[in-house]
Amino acid sequence: METISIEGTPKTPTINFDMEKGFLEIKGRSIPENSIEFYKPLVDWLDKYASKPKTSTNVNIQLEYFNTSSSKCILDVFKKLEFIHKNGSEIVINWYYEEDDEDMLEAGEDYQAIINVPFKMVEVQE
Amino acid sequence: MLDIYDFYDKMERNNIMLSFKGDITSELLTSILQIMESKLDNLQEEPKIKKKVYNVLVECLQNLYHHMDDMMLDANDRVRSAIFMIGKVDGQYNIITGNYIKADGVTPLKSRLDEINLLSKEELKEYYKAILNNGEMSVKGGGGLGMIDIARKTGQKLNYNFMAVDDKYSFFSLNIKIAQ
Repeated sequence: METISIEGTPKTPTINFDMEKGFLEIKGRSIPENSIEFYKPLVDWLDKYASKPKTSTNVNIQLEYFNTSSSKCILDVFKKLEFIHKNGSEIVINWYYEEDDEDMLEAGEDYQAIINVPFKMVEVQE
Repeated sequence: MLDIYDFYDKMERNNIMLSFKGDITSELLTSILQIMESKLDNLQEEPKIKKKVYNVLVECLQNLYHHMDDMMLDANDRVRSAIFMIGKVDGQYNIITGNYIKADGVTPLKSRLDEINLLSKEELKEYYKAILNNGEMSVKGGGGLGMIDIARKTGQKLNYNFMAVDDKYSFFSLNIKIAQ
Protein backbone atom coordinates (compact mmCIF):
# COMPACT_ATOMS: atom_id res chain seq x y z
CA MET A 1 0.00 0.00 0.00
CA GLU A 2 1.20 3.44 -0.82
CA THR A 3 0.56 7.15 -0.57
CA ILE A 4 -0.44 9.14 -3.60
CA SER A 5 -0.37 12.91 -3.93
CA ILE A 6 -1.40 15.13 -6.78
CA GLU A 7 -0.62 18.80 -6.40
CA GLY A 8 -3.41 21.24 -7.16
CA THR A 9 -3.47 23.72 -10.04
CA PRO A 10 -5.82 26.66 -10.74
CA LYS A 11 -8.16 24.19 -12.46
CA THR A 12 -7.58 20.90 -10.64
CA PRO A 13 -7.69 19.91 -6.97
CA THR A 14 -5.03 18.63 -4.60
CA ILE A 15 -5.49 14.92 -3.97
CA ASN A 16 -3.92 12.99 -1.11
CA PHE A 17 -4.63 9.32 -0.77
CA ASP A 18 -2.90 7.46 2.05
CA MET A 19 -3.89 3.85 1.52
CA GLU A 20 -1.98 2.80 4.65
CA LYS A 21 -4.01 5.08 6.93
CA GLY A 22 -7.22 4.79 4.94
CA PHE A 23 -7.37 8.51 4.29
CA LEU A 24 -8.45 10.31 1.13
CA GLU A 25 -8.75 14.03 0.63
CA ILE A 26 -9.72 16.14 -2.37
CA LYS A 27 -9.42 19.89 -1.92
CA GLY A 28 -9.24 23.06 -3.94
CA ARG A 29 -10.85 23.61 -7.33
CA SER A 30 -12.06 21.11 -9.81
CA ILE A 31 -12.89 22.92 -13.03
CA PRO A 32 -10.88 21.20 -15.79
CA GLU A 33 -12.34 21.01 -19.29
CA ASN A 34 -11.55 17.31 -19.38
CA SER A 35 -12.29 15.93 -15.95
CA ILE A 36 -12.42 12.25 -16.97
CA GLU A 37 -8.72 12.32 -17.82
CA PHE A 38 -7.91 14.02 -14.51
CA TYR A 39 -9.91 11.66 -12.28
CA LYS A 40 -8.95 8.41 -14.00
CA PRO A 41 -5.83 7.75 -11.84
CA LEU A 42 -7.82 8.27 -8.62
CA VAL A 43 -10.56 5.91 -9.79
CA ASP A 44 -7.88 3.32 -10.63
CA TRP A 45 -6.24 3.65 -7.18
CA LEU A 46 -9.61 3.23 -5.52
CA ASP A 47 -10.07 0.01 -7.49
CA LYS A 48 -6.74 -1.16 -6.14
CA TYR A 49 -7.60 -0.05 -2.60
CA ALA A 50 -10.98 -1.81 -2.84
CA SER A 51 -9.25 -5.19 -3.00
CA LYS A 52 -7.61 -4.63 0.42
CA PRO A 53 -9.26 -1.71 2.21
CA LYS A 54 -8.55 -0.63 5.82
CA THR A 55 -11.25 -1.36 8.40
CA SER A 56 -12.14 2.30 8.29
CA THR A 57 -11.64 4.93 5.60
CA ASN A 58 -11.88 8.65 6.19
CA VAL A 59 -12.72 10.89 3.24
CA ASN A 60 -12.50 14.68 3.20
CA ILE A 61 -13.96 16.63 0.29
CA GLN A 62 -13.12 20.30 0.58
CA LEU A 63 -13.85 21.93 -2.75
CA GLU A 64 -14.06 25.64 -3.37
CA TYR A 65 -15.47 25.25 -6.89
CA PHE A 66 -16.32 22.32 -9.11
CA ASN A 67 -17.82 22.24 -12.59
CA THR A 68 -20.51 19.93 -13.93
CA SER A 69 -17.85 18.08 -15.90
CA SER A 70 -16.24 17.09 -12.57
CA SER A 71 -19.53 16.27 -10.89
CA LYS A 72 -19.91 12.92 -12.68
CA CYS A 73 -16.30 12.02 -11.90
CA ILE A 74 -16.80 12.86 -8.22
CA LEU A 75 -19.88 10.63 -8.29
CA ASP A 76 -17.71 7.85 -9.76
CA VAL A 77 -15.26 8.26 -6.88
CA PHE A 78 -18.16 8.07 -4.40
CA LYS A 79 -19.53 4.97 -6.13
CA LYS A 80 -16.16 3.25 -5.59
CA LEU A 81 -16.34 4.28 -1.93
CA GLU A 82 -19.89 2.96 -1.72
CA PHE A 83 -18.65 -0.40 -3.02
CA ILE A 84 -15.84 -0.47 -0.43
CA HIS A 85 -18.35 0.48 2.28
CA LYS A 86 -20.71 -2.29 1.21
CA ASN A 87 -17.87 -4.79 1.56
CA GLY A 88 -17.36 -3.90 5.20
CA SER A 89 -14.92 -0.98 5.47
CA GLU A 90 -16.35 1.79 7.58
CA ILE A 91 -16.49 4.99 5.58
CA VAL A 92 -17.46 8.55 6.36
CA ILE A 93 -17.45 11.24 3.70
CA ASN A 94 -16.85 14.66 5.25
CA TRP A 95 -18.25 17.27 2.87
CA TYR A 96 -16.89 20.73 3.67
CA TYR A 97 -18.64 23.92 2.66
CA GLU A 98 -18.02 27.53 3.57
CA GLU A 99 -20.70 29.22 5.63
CA ASP A 100 -23.23 30.95 3.33
CA ASP A 101 -22.25 28.74 0.40
CA GLU A 102 -25.67 27.16 -0.04
CA ASP A 103 -24.80 25.91 -3.52
CA MET A 104 -21.92 23.82 -2.17
CA LEU A 105 -24.04 22.48 0.71
CA GLU A 106 -26.79 21.55 -1.73
CA ALA A 107 -24.28 19.82 -4.00
CA GLY A 108 -23.19 17.72 -1.03
CA GLU A 109 -26.80 16.87 -0.25
CA ASP A 110 -27.34 15.78 -3.87
CA TYR A 111 -24.54 13.22 -3.48
CA GLN A 112 -25.79 12.20 -0.06
CA ALA A 113 -29.17 11.38 -1.63
CA ILE A 114 -27.57 9.20 -4.32
CA ILE A 115 -24.76 7.44 -2.46
CA ASN A 116 -25.33 4.92 0.28
CA VAL A 117 -22.45 6.01 2.53
CA PRO A 118 -22.68 8.19 5.67
CA PHE A 119 -22.04 11.86 4.88
CA LYS A 120 -21.12 14.54 7.36
CA MET A 121 -21.72 18.13 6.28
CA VAL A 122 -19.04 20.31 7.83
CA GLU A 123 -19.44 24.07 7.80
CA VAL A 124 -16.22 26.08 7.83
CA GLN A 125 -15.65 29.78 8.41
CA GLU A 126 -14.66 31.80 5.38
CA MET B 1 -14.27 52.95 -41.15
CA LEU B 2 -14.96 50.99 -38.00
CA ASP B 3 -16.59 53.24 -35.46
CA ILE B 4 -14.66 52.32 -32.35
CA TYR B 5 -16.38 54.98 -30.27
CA ASP B 6 -19.71 53.34 -31.03
CA PHE B 7 -18.34 50.06 -29.66
CA TYR B 8 -16.91 51.82 -26.64
CA ASP B 9 -20.13 53.66 -25.94
CA LYS B 10 -22.26 50.53 -26.12
CA MET B 11 -19.91 48.64 -23.85
CA GLU B 12 -19.77 51.54 -21.43
CA ARG B 13 -23.54 51.82 -21.26
CA ASN B 14 -23.86 48.11 -20.55
CA ASN B 15 -21.05 48.24 -18.01
CA ILE B 16 -19.12 45.49 -19.77
CA MET B 17 -16.28 44.30 -17.53
CA LEU B 18 -14.76 41.90 -20.01
CA SER B 19 -15.52 40.74 -23.50
CA PHE B 20 -13.94 38.45 -26.04
CA LYS B 21 -14.60 37.36 -29.60
CA GLY B 22 -12.69 34.58 -31.31
CA ASP B 23 -11.52 31.02 -30.89
CA ILE B 24 -12.21 29.55 -27.42
CA THR B 25 -9.17 27.67 -26.09
CA SER B 26 -8.39 26.14 -22.71
CA GLU B 27 -5.67 28.77 -22.12
CA LEU B 28 -8.13 31.55 -22.89
CA LEU B 29 -10.59 30.19 -20.32
CA THR B 30 -7.84 30.06 -17.69
CA SER B 31 -6.98 33.71 -18.39
CA ILE B 32 -10.59 34.93 -18.42
CA LEU B 33 -11.30 33.16 -15.14
CA GLN B 34 -8.19 34.64 -13.54
CA ILE B 35 -9.08 38.16 -14.68
CA MET B 36 -12.70 37.82 -13.55
CA GLU B 37 -11.69 36.43 -10.19
CA SER B 38 -9.48 39.42 -9.43
CA LYS B 39 -12.17 41.82 -10.70
CA LEU B 40 -14.72 40.21 -8.36
CA ASP B 41 -12.19 40.50 -5.52
CA ASN B 42 -11.59 44.16 -6.31
CA LEU B 43 -15.32 44.85 -6.29
CA GLN B 44 -15.37 43.25 -2.83
CA GLU B 45 -18.37 41.14 -3.71
CA GLU B 46 -19.89 39.00 -1.00
CA PRO B 47 -18.25 35.55 -1.12
CA LYS B 48 -21.65 34.03 -1.88
CA ILE B 49 -22.20 36.19 -5.00
CA LYS B 50 -18.60 35.89 -6.07
CA LYS B 51 -18.85 32.10 -6.01
CA LYS B 52 -22.13 32.05 -7.87
CA VAL B 53 -20.85 34.34 -10.62
CA TYR B 54 -17.62 32.36 -10.92
CA ASN B 55 -19.43 29.02 -11.07
CA VAL B 56 -21.92 30.16 -13.69
CA LEU B 57 -19.09 31.74 -15.68
CA VAL B 58 -17.20 28.44 -15.70
CA GLU B 59 -20.25 26.59 -17.04
CA CYS B 60 -21.00 29.22 -19.71
CA LEU B 61 -17.40 29.31 -20.93
CA GLN B 62 -17.00 25.55 -20.92
CA ASN B 63 -20.24 25.21 -22.87
CA LEU B 64 -18.66 27.40 -25.54
CA TYR B 65 -15.39 25.47 -25.37
CA HIS B 66 -17.02 22.07 -25.80
CA HIS B 67 -19.32 23.39 -28.48
CA MET B 68 -16.22 24.44 -30.47
CA ASP B 69 -15.10 20.81 -30.34
CA ASP B 70 -18.32 19.84 -32.09
CA MET B 71 -17.73 22.48 -34.73
CA MET B 72 -14.09 21.39 -35.29
CA LEU B 73 -15.00 19.05 -38.11
CA ASP B 74 -16.54 21.90 -39.95
CA ALA B 75 -14.51 23.28 -42.82
CA ASN B 76 -15.71 26.80 -42.22
CA ASP B 77 -13.37 28.73 -39.88
CA ARG B 78 -15.86 31.49 -39.22
CA VAL B 79 -18.32 29.24 -37.39
CA ARG B 80 -15.71 28.21 -34.82
CA SER B 81 -15.62 31.70 -33.42
CA ALA B 82 -17.72 32.73 -30.43
CA ILE B 83 -18.46 35.82 -28.38
CA PHE B 84 -18.54 36.27 -24.63
CA MET B 85 -19.32 39.29 -22.44
CA ILE B 86 -19.82 39.93 -18.76
CA GLY B 87 -21.19 43.13 -17.31
CA LYS B 88 -22.83 44.46 -14.20
CA VAL B 89 -25.88 46.71 -14.37
CA ASP B 90 -27.87 47.78 -11.31
CA GLY B 91 -26.10 45.28 -9.11
CA GLN B 92 -26.99 42.42 -11.42
CA TYR B 93 -24.40 40.44 -13.34
CA ASN B 94 -25.09 39.66 -17.00
CA ILE B 95 -23.23 36.94 -18.80
CA ILE B 96 -23.82 36.85 -22.53
CA THR B 97 -22.52 34.21 -24.89
CA GLY B 98 -23.04 33.74 -28.61
CA ASN B 99 -21.98 31.00 -30.98
CA TYR B 100 -22.84 29.46 -34.31
CA ILE B 101 -24.83 26.27 -34.30
CA LYS B 102 -25.71 23.96 -37.16
CA ALA B 103 -29.27 24.52 -38.40
CA ASP B 104 -30.31 20.96 -37.57
CA GLY B 105 -29.17 21.44 -33.98
CA VAL B 106 -31.56 24.29 -33.27
CA THR B 107 -34.73 22.28 -32.60
CA PRO B 108 -33.18 19.77 -30.15
CA LEU B 109 -31.36 22.51 -28.21
CA LYS B 110 -34.46 24.71 -28.13
CA SER B 111 -36.65 21.93 -26.76
CA ARG B 112 -34.02 21.06 -24.14
CA LEU B 113 -33.86 24.66 -22.94
CA ASP B 114 -37.66 24.97 -22.95
CA GLU B 115 -37.88 21.76 -20.94
CA ILE B 116 -35.46 23.15 -18.33
CA ASN B 117 -37.35 26.46 -18.23
CA LEU B 118 -40.59 24.67 -17.29
CA LEU B 119 -39.11 23.17 -14.13
CA SER B 120 -39.44 24.52 -10.61
CA LYS B 121 -36.46 24.77 -8.23
CA GLU B 122 -37.30 21.41 -6.68
CA GLU B 123 -37.84 19.75 -10.08
CA LEU B 124 -34.50 21.09 -11.32
CA LYS B 125 -32.81 19.50 -8.33
CA GLU B 126 -34.44 16.14 -9.07
CA TYR B 127 -33.65 16.42 -12.78
CA TYR B 128 -30.01 17.26 -12.01
CA LYS B 129 -29.67 14.25 -9.71
CA ALA B 130 -31.36 11.96 -12.27
CA ILE B 131 -28.96 12.98 -15.05
CA LEU B 132 -25.96 12.88 -12.71
CA ASN B 133 -26.85 9.36 -11.67
CA ASN B 134 -28.02 7.89 -14.99
CA GLY B 135 -24.65 6.30 -15.57
CA GLU B 136 -24.11 7.87 -18.94
CA MET B 137 -20.96 9.86 -19.32
CA SER B 138 -20.34 11.99 -22.34
CA VAL B 139 -16.76 12.18 -23.60
CA LYS B 140 -16.67 15.71 -22.24
CA GLY B 141 -17.79 14.61 -18.80
CA GLY B 142 -20.82 16.73 -18.03
CA GLY B 143 -23.41 14.91 -20.08
CA GLY B 144 -25.71 17.90 -20.37
CA LEU B 145 -25.64 19.05 -16.75
CA GLY B 146 -24.30 22.52 -17.55
CA MET B 147 -27.56 24.25 -18.48
CA ILE B 148 -29.46 22.64 -15.58
CA ASP B 149 -26.74 23.79 -13.21
CA ILE B 150 -26.91 27.36 -14.56
CA ALA B 151 -30.71 27.40 -14.13
CA ARG B 152 -30.39 26.04 -10.59
CA LYS B 153 -27.66 28.41 -9.45
CA THR B 154 -29.20 31.58 -10.93
CA GLY B 155 -32.78 30.66 -9.98
CA GLN B 156 -33.90 32.20 -13.28
CA LYS B 157 -35.18 31.03 -16.66
CA LEU B 158 -32.58 30.53 -19.39
CA ASN B 159 -32.97 33.49 -21.68
CA TYR B 160 -31.92 32.45 -25.17
CA ASN B 161 -32.29 33.38 -28.81
CA PHE B 162 -31.65 31.72 -32.18
CA MET B 163 -31.07 33.75 -35.29
CA ALA B 164 -30.87 32.04 -38.68
CA VAL B 165 -27.68 33.17 -40.43
CA ASP B 166 -28.03 31.14 -43.64
CA ASP B 167 -29.49 27.76 -44.56
CA LYS B 168 -26.68 25.90 -42.74
CA TYR B 169 -26.16 27.88 -39.55
CA SER B 170 -27.94 29.78 -36.83
CA PHE B 171 -26.45 32.04 -34.19
CA PHE B 172 -27.34 30.97 -30.67
CA SER B 173 -27.17 33.46 -27.83
CA LEU B 174 -27.68 33.05 -24.12
CA ASN B 175 -28.17 35.87 -21.64
CA ILE B 176 -27.72 34.80 -18.04
CA LYS B 177 -28.56 37.10 -15.17
CA ILE B 178 -27.30 36.69 -11.65
CA ALA B 179 -29.13 38.83 -9.14
CA GLN B 180 -27.64 39.85 -5.81
